Amino acid sequence: MRVVALITRIMQQMRRDKRTLALLFIAPLVILSLMYFIFNSDESELSLVVSNGNSQLIDKLQAVDFHVIEKENFSKEDLMANEYDGWLDIQQNQFELTLLNDSPSTAKAVKMKLSQAMQPDNATTMKFSTSYVYGDENTALFDTFSPMLICFFVFFFVFLISGIALLKERTSGTLERLLATPIKRYEIVAGYMIGYGLFAIIQTIIIVVFGIYVLDIVHVGSIWLVLLTNMLVALVSLSLGALLSSFAASEFQMMQFIPLVIVPQAFFSGIFPLDNMVDWLQNIGRIMPMFYAADALNGVMYKGYTFSDIATNLGILASFALVFITLNIISLKKYRSL
Amino acid sequence: MEDIAITLSAVEKRFKHKQVIAPLSLEVPTGQLIGLLGPSGCGKTTLIKMIMGMLKPDQGSIHVFNYTVPHKQLLMDIGYMAQSDALYTDLTGAENINLFAKLYGLSKTERINRVQYAANLVHLTGDLNEKVMNYSGGMKRRLSLAIALIQNPKLLILDEPTVGIDPVLKKEIWQELIRLKDQEHKTILVTTHAMDEAERCDQLAMLRGGQIIAQGTPQELKTCYGAKDFDEVFLKAGGDII
Repeated sequence: MRVVALITRIMQQMRRDKRTLALLFIAPLVILSLMYFIFNSDESELSLVVSNGNSQLIDKLQAVDFHVIEKENFSKEDLMANEYDGWLDIQQNQFELTLLNDSPSTAKAVKMKLSQAMQPDNATTMKFSTSYVYGDENTALFDTFSPMLICFFVFFFVFLISGIALLKERTSGTLERLLATPIKRYEIVAGYMIGYGLFAIIQTIIIVVFGIYVLDIVHVGSIWLVLLTNMLVALVSLSLGALLSSFAASEFQMMQFIPLVIVPQAFFSGIFPLDNMVDWLQNIGRIMPMFYAADALNGVMYKGYTFSDIATNLGILASFALVFITLNIISLKKYRSL
Repeated sequence: MEDIAITLSAVEKRFKHKQVIAPLSLEVPTGQLIGLLGPSGCGKTTLIKMIMGMLKPDQGSIHVFNYTVPHKQLLMDIGYMAQSDALYTDLTGAENINLFAKLYGLSKTERINRVQYAANLVHLTGDLNEKVMNYSGGMKRRLSLAIALIQNPKLLILDEPTVGIDPVLKKEIWQELIRLKDQEHKTILVTTHAMDEAERCDQLAMLRGGQIIAQGTPQELKTCYGAKDFDEVFLKAGGDII
């Protein structure tokens, strides 16, 4: 009987917490369908630039589904600029293959298809040399997405900590009490951003330094740019966490933002190749701060981008933070109209 | 107008469809101790939050010391004690008081003096370095009161200040409130549902269902309703529906 009493109580509580119910039943469907679309995206055609190839070779390459672009006077710089997957340059008796290698799995696919195409004859008589634009033959998948992992963890932990801290302040009444003093609303938000921001910065430094020096994650660009990008990520996450805490009535409800806000961001941070996704899916990615953060970090750490290469991404991240901070200041009006 | 501290004119407030404060007018004279008396849920806290500027009335206007609410200067002049103890429980008592002293912009020497004064007043001096989570309910109440007094405000608004405080301390707090009123000419607005506290106020306003059902000095109210004590006044004034 006592068990029944408890069960009844849980039923009553759950029935009233419509949001938890919705999350329990609907959120898994949303995430599942998102994953379905992401993994079901058709593998995009591999693009291969061919210099000095004869028509026989081109036919063979097209037969294995390469998107062949014939170009004489091509260079490694052109390859980088146009982001083709590979470049096959045919010298007298040597194939020179240059792979973009922005994702190791694409590079592997190019190599595999190429050997398929060459199989019976040429491969034996011709010499074959391979070079890489980014990384080298030992590039592991982890090298390309570890930058995203770094910013993902920065985002995740800062989001939770700031969200729950501010939520506690709301539920315990201390926020209301603070607003009964002559403090200005922006002062509260600034205090929060700087106070928790300091800890977020320390956390960022620890994660980045550990990743780069202890785990030896590939980084060709400047570590300062990595830190700068991650600090912007922390700021976005801090302000978003604080903002969303006003839509949560309990720690439990705060946790519910993880599948709604954090998980989708992971999908679009480049852990899964974005190029293969259909347009509408890519557009969803463009509203996620992590999309820009991951793009910038991957650029710096793996491709050796400089500040000017990632300035747009950083600008967009800063705008996200600015918008969230402003919304935070506005949302405090709920407690005091001044 | 200097002799009127708070003026409420035809103030009205509803939450969703529930009328919490019916059109209500009230004047609180300067330098008096006013009791807002009423059962739980009668709108006392809502009224106080509107005076503080934390809630916006749907209709009507509120003036405090000739300022229209909400006004930032007013927050400096009002010492506020909320019904629930809004304290940072993982900080010590001293850290809590000091935080608010700084928020009110007190200078360092002022701060030391005021913290000492306020802590001493509520008998917390010895416990200031203890974390608030280890405080008893009464100690938290006292700390909240100390914080309300920290910036030496002209007006004190205390929402059920003596709930959970033992009779001895309750008596001392009331003595101090009366001293603050008499000697430092502070205006004090207290909500309570304890009838023994009602006796000690200069003026009483009885609130029920968002309306003021009776107003006057404790003596006036008792004579008016021909009652021996306030429980009786309350029952008679409000009819027999509780």
